[in-house]
Amino acid sequence: MRYLFYPGCSQEGTAREYRDSTLAVLRAFGAEVEELEDWTCCGASVAPVMSNLLGLALPARNLALAERQADGRDVLTVCSACYTNFRRTAATLAADRALHDKVNQALEVENLTYRGTATARHLLDILANDFGPEAIRARVQKPLDGLTVAPYYGCQTVRPYSPYDNPQRPTSMLPILEALGVKVHRHPREAACCGTSLLMTKPEVGLTMAGSVLAACEGADCIVTVCPMCHMNLDAYQDKVSRMLGRTVRIPVIHLPQLMGLAFGLPQQFLGLQRHITPANVTAKGAKEALLASFGLI
Amino acid sequence: MSVDSEILDLTHVDRTLAQQVTPGRWEKMLSCIQCGTCTASCPAAHAMDLSPRRMWRMVQLGMTEEVLQSKSIWLCSLCYNCHVRCPRGIPLTETITRLKELAIERGIVSAPQSGAFYRTFAEVMRRYGRMREVEFMARYFLASNPLAALGFARLGLTMLARGKIGLELPRWGGKGRLDHLFRRVAELEAKK
Repeated sequence: MRYLFYPGCSQEGTAREYRDSTLAVLRAFGAEVEELEDWTCCGASVAPVMSNLLGLALPARNLALAERQADGRDVLTVCSACYTNFRRTAATLAADRALHDKVNQALEVENLTYRGTATARHLLDILANDFGPEAIRARVQKPLDGLTVAPYYGCQTVRPYSPYDNPQRPTSMLPILEALGVKVHRHPREAACCGTSLLMTKPEVGLTMAGSVLAACEGADCIVTVCPMCHMNLDAYQDKVSRMLGRTVRIPVIHLPQLMGLAFGLPQQFLGLQRHITPANVTAKGAKEALLASFGLI
Repeated sequence: MSVDSEILDLTHVDRTLAQQVTPGRWEKMLSCIQCGTCTASCPAAHAMDLSPRRMWRMVQLGMTEEVLQSKSIWLCSLCYNCHVRCPRGIPLTETITRLKELAIERGIVSAPQSGAFYRTFAEVMRRYGRMREVEFMARYFLASNPLAALGFARLGLTMLARGKIGLELPRWGGKGRLDHLFRRVAELEAKK
């Protein structure tokens, strides 16, 4: 399997451990992953508000670069916001020739042309469908028996573009988790929104949304996410959510490839578990050891 | 104008707003049957001054000022619940994005923090081509509410200690990585 990797901005900053663990897991599968050269921001939720055309031109710039570099390889995205922007741009421009031409007029200044052939895919889609439970089970060195995991898909991972899953009741993470040997904590907020885009501008609303997800996951040993924005929002604000709810909510939040890496027995330096804000047990000697201990690995 | 009339003749209403925010698909917007699935599906509806269902009726009626003044559009977190559930297949989430764009264009921003958020993010994006999270946060708090930064200070220090963020010096002058593209987009938008 060969992929062209579009990391997205958070993978160079707050979510570096998501990138590192993704690359380590894909390497363990023997996949060839090459980073998209000269990539720029997909525009996030911001560019489409500043201008409709800018909100299409920024993703199209990266898709055009991918077409030049990819020779038919799929574009791997790990952030659900980037994924949605690429899919939205491809769908919108495929349906509107005039707008497609206009986007290409904008891209002339970058000496690029978007043809409409690049396909952006989400990491979850690739793990579930290009590799699948059999290949995953075959690589498990340390089954995570006894660990209870709450899957969390979030919103844009499966909505509105989910060629691989149900947009309202997604299940694609289940076979992966079962292959890792964990027990799955099903809950009603698996595809609810965590509120991350409101955290800065409307914190009380964003925290309410994050709180409802965290509360639904209580009882699990950890939450597993497949989006850096969901991860940050659920991991970093548990103190604020606890104050809001008037009780302590504390539950580790792990990127799916980190969990896979643990089960595959990959070296710690590729997993970056110590970078999270909420460790497995805040009173234990060290965050990393505590998390591993909670997984029964040390 | 009442938005609660039981029977409403949409033949002669002002369609300007519907046409602006659902380009090419405004007939779909006029087909909204006010079922309220959008409101029931919205995780932020509890905090809105105008429920999504009411807002769509007002868009149908061309009540531009009232819709753009509402805080509701700034509470959309782009979760696409309403979009995938709308029985009429109206692209509601993207329509809210167009309403935000229109509000910014007209200088009507009922939620100043949101205005500062979008402007600052776009500025960092234009300058570096990629988001610089720390610089964005610093600029955002300076532009909106410097005191609110205190609420994030402890988290910031923890993130620094865990290596989740690093400090980079901002570049004030010089050319931005995406200057050309932003400028060309603005020129093309001006021609429309």
